[in-house]
Amino acid sequence: MGGSVMKPPVSRLAPVQWIRQNLFSTWYNTLLTLAVGWLLVTSVVPVFDWLIFGATFSGDGPGDCVGKGACWLFINQRLNFFIYGFYPDAEQWRVDIMFALLALSFVPQFIDRFPGRTWFGLFGLTGLPLCGYILIPGGWFGLEPVDSSKWGGLMLTLVIAYVGIIASLPIGVLLALGRRSEMPIIRGLCIVFIEVWRAVPLITVLFMASVMLPLFLPEGMNFEKLLRALIGITLWQSAYMAEVIRGGLQAIPRGQYEAASALGLGYWRRMGLVILPQALKLVIPGIVNTFIALFKDTTLVLIIGLFDVLGAVQSTVTDPAWQNVATEGYVFVAFCFWVFCFGISRYSQNLERKLDTGHKT
Amino acid sequence: MNSQQPVSKPSGPKPWYDPRVRALVFQALALAAVFWAGWVLIDNTLANMESRGISTGFGFLDQSAGFGIIMHLIPYDATMSYGRTFWVGLLNTLLVSFLGIVAATILGFLLGVARLSSNWLVARLALVYIEVIRNIPLLLQIFFWYFAVLRNLPAPRQSLELAGLAFLNNRGLYLPDPVAQEGAGALFAICLLAVVAVVVLRIWAKRRQRATGRIFPTFRVGLAILVLVPALGYLATGAPIAWDVPELRGFNYRGGLTLIPELAALWVALSLYTAAFIAEIVRSGILSVSKGQTEASKALGLPNGLTLRLVVIPQAMRVIIPPLTSQYLNLTKNSSLATAIGYPDLVAVFMGTTLNQTGQAVEVVAMTMAVYLSISLFISLLMNLYNRAVAIKER
Repeated sequence: MGGSVMKPPVSRLAPVQWIRQNLFSTWYNTLLTLAVGWLLVTSVVPVFDWLIFGATFSGDGPGDCVGKGACWLFINQRLNFFIYGFYPDAEQWRVDIMFALLALSFVPQFIDRFPGRTWFGLFGLTGLPLCGYILIPGGWFGLEPVDSSKWGGLMLTLVIAYVGIIASLPIGVLLALGRRSEMPIIRGLCIVFIEVWRAVPLITVLFMASVMLPLFLPEGMNFEKLLRALIGITLWQSAYMAEVIRGGLQAIPRGQYEAASALGLGYWRRMGLVILPQALKLVIPGIVNTFIALFKDTTLVLIIGLFDVLGAVQSTVTDPAWQNVATEGYVFVAFCFWVFCFGISRYSQNLERKLDTGHKT
Repeated sequence: MNSQQPVSKPSGPKPWYDPRVRALVFQALALAAVFWAGWVLIDNTLANMESRGISTGFGFLDQSAGFGIIMHLIPYDATMSYGRTFWVGLLNTLLVSFLGIVAATILGFLLGVARLSSNWLVARLALVYIEVIRNIPLLLQIFFWYFAVLRNLPAPRQSLELAGLAFLNNRGLYLPDPVAQEGAGALFAICLLAVVAVVVLRIWAKRRQRATGRIFPTFRVGLAILVLVPALGYLATGAPIAWDVPELRGFNYRGGLTLIPELAALWVALSLYTAAFIAEIVRSGILSVSKGQTEASKALGLPNGLTLRLVVIPQAMRVIIPPLTSQYLNLTKNSSLATAIGYPDLVAVFMGTTLNQTGQAVEVVAMTMAVYLSISLFISLLMNLYNRAVAIKER
């Protein structure tokens, strides 16, 4: 029905007209444009000067950073640490394979006509974690084991974000179903679980995971620090995930539930075959958005002493050999995060537009 | 053979196929599982704490803390109890959350409106700001403001100063502190009186407008009262407020109000970050008011300002309030990132130092979580009340 309505003709303005209409339409707009323009010119020029024109890109050591601009040499020399942490050099190919597989699974999602891209995506959700479980810690098939205390940098950030999202998805589905259950006790338990986790900041959860989890476990049983953090993050994230999925469940029309019941399907088949496939498809953008939030929040693990990419940078900017490279370090990390998050959010907006096939009136 | 039974019950499904029976069994099982898990956890915890020699109970709250805190809104020193550190931390959390919410709201609304501006340059600039700030982790922004900006400010002797009253250096921002002298009480009463007068004036003006249709310039007259009355009162009571101006003594400034760099960095980062999210909420709220409403208001002859104030904003607020609430809650929760730069908020003081010194993890974590849970419930409650007041009232 949408196709039969003709769009109004696009009116094209000449550049001068466009400028007059969009920048100088009234006297206060003119003032605003001039003020903002002046501010932009006076601030952007020095920033670019610092970022690019006056910056040092290559050299041998701290002594080469003499210019007034940024010292990108610092990033250049520490890049290995920022990406792999303390992961042994000889074993870094394993992490590289994981990076390649990650790109292989998700880059096709941005290209509409890519053949079989759903399969690539499904691999990313199932096969990829499995590969990572074998490759990164090692200890299988003659791979040398690498202790998790040596993981760090961008790699650790991705591991935490990925495990957090993959592990919290099934728990979130169960919690969302529980919250919409007709059994009062199950519903009550799920509501309490979800609301308590959502009300507390992630830092308290991480503190709890690193301080209290060892107290909860029986004598002699202990997890390493990374695993404790992952457990905390997963539980916390599953509460958010549950709320997103609940939104999808509520958006499915009643008729679907009733039709599934009328077919004589039991609860789990009704949910698994009829409701959840539709609901999950609806909330993919929501899930992607929670993923972005989680991805940014993974930086918090540095507070409990794990070296994620920000932690790795933070630990080196105080190196006395390099003078005052904090800004360079932060700009580098900010750029890494920005590229990931902005890219993913664009993807999610794109998806939202595509999935919006007229369910809403 | 059934004839012996006078009333034959309709034979229901077998018990294990009866949904009601099943529901009961499932719930009983779930409850049992939760209790069992809880019991195992408590049992393990008690055993572990005993073997590590950690005492239980809230007795530690009365013990002397023995550590200093760089910023406290209530009197505090190292001889005071751990219970006192809880309140110091809590007040610091509330302070930074309150400051952040105020600044983020103002900035967010400005940005949201700028995003819809007819001025192309302004709209684009707001868009760039939002897209950059939203996609960079908050902790990184806090680090940036603290370690890269505030730490690089000049030392106290080379402070940036404003008219010899305010000083900015790498130890913080120093402002003159108002000190009440004799007669300050009277001045305060006069100010209060002015506020009451404006409220009364507004009620009277509305009533008159309803009855006669004549409009009274409430805003201008009200503003005049609010400015002139306290100013005259200040002179009449003999200028009862003295200013304690910070002075450079030794290596640092003494006296006056001090904004420590930890608080400043946290405040700036939280406000800038949350403002980007609020701006998007405001934008979608304003866009949600249909164009017909604006056009109808114009057709009634209302000028732009009144259209905005009486037609657009009240309707946009309905869409804005619920997500705005969750942003306020996010800001409050995010203020716990203070730990990373050493601002003494609840998590840093209580869950950090106090927990490390006493080792009573369970009590401390439970108290901290309870605080965040209550803040969250309280803000939700307030916002729900407001939401009920502005929601569409249908017949």
